[in-house]
Amino acid sequence: MADAVLFEFLHTEMVAELWARRPDPSPGGQKTSLSVLEGMGFRVGQALGERLPQDTLAFREELDALKFLCKDVWVAVFQKQMDGLRTNHQGTYVLQDNDFPLLVRMASGLQYLEEAPKFLAFTCGLLRGTLNTLGIKSLVTASVAALPACKFQVVIQRA
Amino acid sequence: MSRQSNRGTESKKMSSELFTLTYGALVTQLCKDYENDEDVNKQLDKMGYNIGVRLIEDFLARSNVGRCHDFRETADVIAKVAFKMYLGITPSITNWSPAGDEFSLILENNPLVDFVELPDNHSSLIYSNLLCGVLRGALEMVQMAVEAKFVQDTLKGDSVTEIRMRFIRRIEDNLPAGEE
Repeated sequence: MADAVLFEFLHTEMVAELWARRPDPSPGGQKTSLSVLEGMGFRVGQALGERLPQDTLAFREELDALKFLCKDVWVAVFQKQMDGLRTNHQGTYVLQDNDFPLLVRMASGLQYLEEAPKFLAFTCGLLRGTLNTLGIKSLVTASVAALPACKFQVVIQRA
Repeated sequence: MSRQSNRGTESKKMSSELFTLTYGALVTQLCKDYENDEDVNKQLDKMGYNIGVRLIEDFLARSNVGRCHDFRETADVIAKVAFKMYLGITPSITNWSPAGDEFSLILENNPLVDFVELPDNHSSLIYSNLLCGVLRGALEMVQMAVEAKFVQDTLKGDSVTEIRMRFIRRIEDNLPAGEE
């Protein structure tokens, strides 16, 4: 069973490696690296979701699935629960983490704010991937006002 | 079984698979980005090295092991403490060279390769090469220059996975620039 800290170290190194290889500072270049990270997170999120037993996936309501993300998935991945979940009951959810582990090592406050998106892309994909396995299509983005707190915005895509 | 304990078990399982799955996604991505397996192997080694030089601090902080006096002690610490702490397995130590500067770590199970099969066109890929980089980087931070490489791999059909560790030399502290 792999120690949780290994994932953190691996994630940091993955971000560094992708940025080192694509030093193109243009917004286009940045976007590619971010989407690569998001795509990797998506595949991992899907794979994690696929390993859950069938009865876990029988959520009666969309909100139950989001709560599952905030509790079980977050605990499994980050050893803590999400600190807050809000919704407009119309398919948009905001998940708040006041102490996001992948940002904690970086700094607190406003320093490195520009770097923060790199460290959130994988996790956005992970959330999107797990939801996908639960039969829910979504768009997940993240925003940071001050490290290490961040918000993940999940917008459900209805067909 | 209550719903509560079901969820607890699932969390644990997901947690242990997260690293393995993420590693798999990384290797897949590197295979897309680099033309040949050799380059992927080098990249995995380099990334592992970068992780190792930082992981050692975490290890020393959490394990309370003192300074190792020789390579045999180092081998024991690597197999019985470090591998156990980080990957939950205890490789066995075998095949010491007569000079005591080389040994093998035998992994019956390699947690990195759960759910993995190497496709045919990647026969030179050393899937778990990150581990070699980690070992090299971590030991360098405790003044040991070593070489680590896979000599057997269950992914390639061998019965076990074997990492050969070779002690190269002790690293003396570098003199600051300008002093000879």
